[in-house]
Amino acid sequence: MFEARSISVRYGKHLALDDVSLEVGTSECVAILGANGAGKSSLLRGLTQAGLRERGGVIRHRGEDISATNDFDLVEKGIALVPEGRGVFAELTVDDNLSLGAHPKRARESASERRAEVLDLFPKLGQRLAQTVGTMSGGEQQMVAVARALMSRPTLLLLDEPSLGLAPIVVDEMFAALHKVRDSGVSILIVEQNVRASLALAARGYVLEAGRIVGRGSSAELVADPMVAKAFLGH
Amino acid sequence: MRPAVSALACALLVAGLAALPLFVGGYGQGVLVGLMNAVVLASAWALFSGPTKYVSLATVAFFGIGAYTVAVLTETMPFGAILAVAGAIGVAVALLVGLATLRLAGVYFVIFSFGLAELVRQIITWFETSVNRTLGRYIFIDLSATAIYWMLLALAVAVIGTRWLIERGRLGLAVHAIGDDEIVARHAGVDVTKVKLALFALSALAMTLAGAIQAPRWTYVEPSIVFNPNISFTALIMALLGGATRLWGPVFGAVPLFFFFEWLSVTMPGQFSIVLGLTFIVIVFLVPNGVLDLAEKGLRKTRGPNAGDARHV
Repeated sequence: MFEARSISVRYGKHLALDDVSLEVGTSECVAILGANGAGKSSLLRGLTQAGLRERGGVIRHRGEDISATNDFDLVEKGIALVPEGRGVFAELTVDDNLSLGAHPKRARESASERRAEVLDLFPKLGQRLAQTVGTMSGGEQQMVAVARALMSRPTLLLLDEPSLGLAPIVVDEMFAALHKVRDSGVSILIVEQNVRASLALAARGYVLEAGRIVGRGSSAELVADPMVAKAFLGH
Repeated sequence: MRPAVSALACALLVAGLAALPLFVGGYGQGVLVGLMNAVVLASAWALFSGPTKYVSLATVAFFGIGAYTVAVLTETMPFGAILAVAGAIGVAVALLVGLATLRLAGVYFVIFSFGLAELVRQIITWFETSVNRTLGRYIFIDLSATAIYWMLLALAVAVIGTRWLIERGRLGLAVHAIGDDEIVARHAGVDVTKVKLALFALSALAMTLAGAIQAPRWTYVEPSIVFNPNISFTALIMALLGGATRLWGPVFGAVPLFFFFEWLSVTMPGQFSIVLGLTFIVIVFLVPNGVLDLAEKGLRKTRGPNAGDARHV
């Protein structure tokens, strides 16, 4: 469904992402594993910012070539990004954040249904609609970020380190919600340091190292892979 | 307040303001023109800078362009046509400059906008001295202070009304989102560059018209008069005092500060810039979100957390 071919990102002379290709199937969840500096954030930037990609990269989504699509039009194509570090509007209320999530044309008609679904997914937010997001805890803000992205009725959700800086119990809650999102049929591409949790969520994964894909496999294979175990699972 | 009550209150306010010059003398009418000018410039500044958080020091660039257009075109066409030409030039400059600079990060934009005002002033000075061989022009347009005041009042209503329309529409949230987090805004489907450009051009149009409308008051203009950087600074300070993110914030800042600055320029003209700078520092430190925000917080404390939501005031 989503397919990226030969994506490279260069910052000056530094090649942060070197000829990466990957795909995500319909209703599939795929994880990108990689240590700090492996190019995980560059990968998401390379996938979403047409101007940042080196020439030759191709991105297709649901049969359409979207290589030249601007980042602010991606959401109309069904791709929603939750950027690293709380993708929220901190000065606005939860309610306004959700309304902004439904700003894209594709979501306007169904905004109220989406809102009900999203609040069903994150019941905590329903009691906090009037609260300014900046005054909420990190975990709650991350939930707002995911809820905001889901309001646009995406077919593919891109998540950049959704558990970064969260307390373990909040991480569990976050991933429980993501399991529900996955089961609702939304495809997910997740970039995570929490390898165990993301492989439990994902069906497949890619291993990123120094800007290149050095391994791939089903989640079961990756968990069993001694290299992955040594590098990310600490044994 | 119910919408009908608000609308009635606004209509009464505008009618009252329109009638004011009929009850005061020549000096009073001059003060009213200055006051309305302050309201227009502060509101126009906040129209762009409030939600986007791009601090612009280019106010006087557009104000001066407006005034100078009138000076050049005086006696060649009716005043209304001159205003249209001035507005078109202001918008054209804003679009050109905006396209080139609105991708800049905040700090660079501040410096650039300040440089822009100087650049326009130097270009006009150079043109007048080397091509026209004279600096300064006379404006012979017969307009009473009251007529100028009414035009400024109409402009103020237009600026504040435009902002009100933007804020209550779908664009309102998008506009606030830009100042909050540009990347998230883009991924919420907001064409950030286009929205910033549109707001910058609208704000510039109002500033240009403010300069053009008032040009007949000066009779004689030269670049150092109409491109006085203090105009940029005072507009910014007024908007900040009231609260640039609020609809009525700039008005609440412009009124007291206009009288304060008038008093200053009479009692200590030599120290004006010093006190201006001090005022700026005091406002940034004591009321960073504006007096309206302060008043709202005070109200909440005394009346409890659920007392009237004054966010859109």
